[in-house]
Amino acid sequence: MSATNELSFEQAYAELEDVVRRLEAGTLPLAEAVTLYERGQQLSARCQALLDSAELRIQALAEDGSTTPLQP
Amino acid sequence: MTDIYSITGITAYLRTLLENNELLQDVWVKGEISNMTRATSGHWYFTVKDSGAQLKGVMFKAAVQRQSFEPQNGDSVHLHGRLSVYEARGEYQLYADEIQRAGGVGDLYAQFEALKQRLAAEGLFDDSRKRPLPARPRCLGVVTSPDAAAFQDVRRVLAQRFPLALVLLSPTPVQGAEAPAQIVRAIERLNHHGQADVLLVCRGGGSIEDLWSFNDERVARAIAASRIPVISGVGHETDFTIADFVADVRAPTPSAAAMLATPDRADLETALRGLDDALTWHLDTHLSAARADLNGLRQSLRYHSPARQVNTARQRLDDLEARARQSLAHRLALHRERLHARSAALHAASPAAILARGYAIITRSDDGQPVTSARGLKPGTGITLRLRDGEAPARIEDKDSHERYKRTLF
Repeated sequence: MSATNELSFEQAYAELEDVVRRLEAGTLPLAEAVTLYERGQQLSARCQALLDSAELRIQALAEDGSTTPLQP
Repeated sequence: MTDIYSITGITAYLRTLLENNELLQDVWVKGEISNMTRATSGHWYFTVKDSGAQLKGVMFKAAVQRQSFEPQNGDSVHLHGRLSVYEARGEYQLYADEIQRAGGVGDLYAQFEALKQRLAAEGLFDDSRKRPLPARPRCLGVVTSPDAAAFQDVRRVLAQRFPLALVLLSPTPVQGAEAPAQIVRAIERLNHHGQADVLLVCRGGGSIEDLWSFNDERVARAIAASRIPVISGVGHETDFTIADFVADVRAPTPSAAAMLATPDRADLETALRGLDDALTWHLDTHLSAARADLNGLRQSLRYHSPARQVNTARQRLDDLEARARQSLAHRLALHRERLHARSAALHAASPAAILARGYAIITRSDDGQPVTSARGLKPGTGITLRLRDGEAPARIEDKDSHERYKRTLF
């Protein structure tokens, strides 16, 4: 598991889905289920925070394949 | 001598001739454009020619500004205008006020249909070729002109719906003769770069000529060849271009293309909440299952506990005790009854009771032996009479003296 605050939205979301699937299976020892639940909460908070703070980034792709940020 | 005209005079005369001819003042001509010059003044100068002749032409700035189609050298065109003379050069020319692609809209439509049929026959529009779009693209490639309103629309929609995305703009002109080749290059550039998950090929609304680049076969083939799925968003809702047919998804407008390419932020938040709820629900399920297990175990533990076994034993003991007590009492009563009966019988048989009835026990005074027979009794033998209330010494008399006694007595 990587530190939650370094995950991209995609990574956090995918892991969150995985966590829910594993919890859903219901075969885990309780302590593990609780750990997993806490991880899930962190991931969900990470996703929400990324959504809240995201600003669209725009880059222009030049002929030579280089990119330059465009001012919003 | 006949009149001699000045050059200016004869030229003016020619000009009057032309300008007074109704046909020449409102005429359509067709030919191929060449020597196209776009002057800094904003006017266009060109030559229109066909295989047999050529005609100089000019289009003034005011008309140029109304022109959506910008003819290039080699284009077959239809031109409307009037014929007159440019006196300074002694040239007659066409003063054009409108230039269309040869054949006009009707011809364009025929071209469109022909290309559409050809590409459809090739299978380029087949549903089996359509690729699914990524649910949450990380990077969107946008093929359009950075100055166009379409790009601002796309940008606004993306910022609002899915600000997590990176937008990679591959700039290209979207109208004019150069546009198709440039659009092709812009698409190829994004494919070569490789970061984009989905491409948006966009242009805002305009006339059919404005949108014509998107009916270009080269553009269609570039879209078909793109390794990255393509959404087309060209013109307005009612405009269909070849690019739309060949794209993986056709959006009615550039804004709609941006919407189709991205999940809505609100939907994402709903999905997140759903996952959050599922998380809590599943943990609760785990917890209550564990709690139920625990209760079961606890009950079974209580059942098997030593305290319970001691209690059970104690209860059994109590039972036994009670039963023992009961049977003991029963037997006591029985014995008591029997005792009563016996003691009554005993009482009835007791010597005392017999004595009370007037009997006496006789024993020899010398040895205490009971006298149970008259035989052997000699007069003078001392005997003891045991009566109800005590003993009395006596002596056996002889028979006669007894009778004497009897006589004396009575």
